[in-house]
Amino acid sequence: MSEAINGVVLAAEAGSSTARTLTITLFLVFVAVTLGITVWASRQTKTATDFYAGGRSFSGFQNGMAIGGDYMSAASFLGIAGIIALYGYDGFLYSIGFLVAWLVALLLVAELLRNSGRYTMADVLAFRMRQRPVRTAAAVSTITVSIFYLLAQMVGAGALVALLLGIRPGTTFLGMDADAAKIATIIMVGALMIIYVTVGGMKGTTYVQIVKAFLLMAGALVMTILVLAHYKFNLSTLLGDAANASGKGSAFLEPGLRYGVEVAGDATQTFYNKVDLLSLGIALVLGTAGLPHILIRFYTVPTARAARKSVLWAIGIIGTFYLFTLALGFGAAALVGREAIVAQDKAGNTAAPQLAEALGIDFFGGDVGGAALLAIIAAVAFATILAVVAGLTLASSSSLAHDFYANVVKGGQASERQEVNVARISALVIGAISIVLSIFAQNLNVAFLVALAFAVAASGNLPAILYSLFWKRFNTSGAVWAIYGGLISAVGLVFFSPVVSGSATAMFPDHDWHWFPLSNPGIISIPVGFLCGWIGTLVSKETDADKYAELEVRALTGAGAH
Amino acid sequence: MSTDTPAPASAPPDRYVAVQQSDEFVGLRKALRGFVFPMTAAFFLWYALYVILSAYARDFMGTKLVGNINVALVFGLLQFVSTFLIAWLYSRFAASKLDPTADRIRAELEGAAGSHDPAGTVTPDDEAQPKDKEVTS
Repeated sequence: MSEAINGVVLAAEAGSSTARTLTITLFLVFVAVTLGITVWASRQTKTATDFYAGGRSFSGFQNGMAIGGDYMSAASFLGIAGIIALYGYDGFLYSIGFLVAWLVALLLVAELLRNSGRYTMADVLAFRMRQRPVRTAAAVSTITVSIFYLLAQMVGAGALVALLLGIRPGTTFLGMDADAAKIATIIMVGALMIIYVTVGGMKGTTYVQIVKAFLLMAGALVMTILVLAHYKFNLSTLLGDAANASGKGSAFLEPGLRYGVEVAGDATQTFYNKVDLLSLGIALVLGTAGLPHILIRFYTVPTARAARKSVLWAIGIIGTFYLFTLALGFGAAALVGREAIVAQDKAGNTAAPQLAEALGIDFFGGDVGGAALLAIIAAVAFATILAVVAGLTLASSSSLAHDFYANVVKGGQASERQEVNVARISALVIGAISIVLSIFAQNLNVAFLVALAFAVAASGNLPAILYSLFWKRFNTSGAVWAIYGGLISAVGLVFFSPVVSGSATAMFPDHDWHWFPLSNPGIISIPVGFLCGWIGTLVSKETDADKYAELEVRALTGAGAH
Repeated sequence: MSTDTPAPASAPPDRYVAVQQSDEFVGLRKALRGFVFPMTAAFFLWYALYVILSAYARDFMGTKLVGNINVALVFGLLQFVSTFLIAWLYSRFAASKLDPTADRIRAELEGAAGSHDPAGTVTPDDEAQPKDKEVTS
């Protein structure tokens, strides 16, 4: 066992300069191609509909791919593979929540939103409400969720590049040490996402996501086939080997090593850990249909039927991808081994690229093959990050321009040209803020921000969307209460949780102001969001049956759809 | 259509109220909710059962079925199967039970509103936007 590990590590050292050159070359090719697409898309972008919704010209399949590209972040590609590689079965729990969540979007949200909205989530929320308070709340929530998600991706990108390019503490690359390389990466990722969004708008961003989804699926498919081929397509042998290599035995194939951990002799902590697992599960399954950057994708197709088709494609693509990650995670556990993975990255984020290297050595003639496959997968990981951050930047700048500027500041009187200009400036400003925040946060543990983004989306946005679409009595006060109630309870509880302070893995490990025992707020904040929406509605007399009739008829039939 | 109401509309508001109360629309709403609400409850409970068993029934989840393949893995894979299955069932249901009615109601509404879109199935984006300078009717 240890010989195998040494073999991989040594090969990594020997092949690292080849791999590094190849990774950078492939990445530059991706950047060049996507920038070309962006410039092309900018020529097709003339109206506000082009900028916000890609002219609503994408097919169901194209949008399904783009949804996959928007959704399958580095957290799901590298993160889930890494969790499976280190903790076994528990990584699979994440995949399942992320996938089942799409049924909420398919059954309750996608088509109705497509029919009744125009550019942003708030179009539906504010349809029958007073515009200013509802759009302000929606913009606040959209930007909060998107920035949390952006920070997690960008800080992750900075950490990854150092690892993937093999820049270790004490070594330099182009004269940069690991910290400088991290900052350079964050700035580069930020600059590229700003260019994609400001120049290419939704059209450019969508094509970037389609290309990324294709690359990611192809890369994961090849690796899955190689892992399975290594085990002669016997899943049981792969699992057995992974369990043996993990040193945990059959517990590695069962839930409980990472989530809902049973702490011997501490019944209270065990209880909290298990409730935490339930809390995470609920947030994952209810969060997706409230993520603004996902919701705006439904506006890029011409009809509700195409929106339905795009979700069906997305479910197929994302589901298949999560099945691949199962093979990748267990494959990394078996073929790379825990020791070698942890030596590279304690969180296991480099498990997938390390597996690529091991498979390349195994199947394609030694070090060169290993370096080549590592380089390809590393470049795919960068592409993944870029496509996701572009989608997030677009969602937040759209909301800032369309909801806040055009409808709150200008009272609906802004011209299309003004609105799009403001959206471009917003993308620049949000991008710049994200870069600065990421640089400050680069050495903090911010991985929890992805789960927090899902929790906020599930607690604030989802109740507001569902009440808007299905509850006649719902009104302005209810929408505002739901969004702020869900947002504040989710963020507030996490602020006082062990992921922010008071534990070794916290964002601020040296401080302790935590009193909330769970890492995931969903189990409290989601009911709070729904309850706030209900109470907020009842305390206000406002109700507009005529406007609800219009919303409902339009949502269900597509009459008058944009 | 030539009014400058803030929200774009292809029919006057009272038309929407009339449609909303029509038997055809009530039937459409009933069909939609009759499918999506129970189905949402079903998949949510099925998923919750999986998460709860993962937290509290570890011995059961760890039971080996074939080789190293245990209940937890099969249960997880069944969540994939049920997700794909529900998605497929919904697309079939929507195509046969919802789409035809929705199309009929929409065509009636847009016909009555003097829509210039004779097909009644595709609405160009620029139609009915508040900024529209001219709308043929």
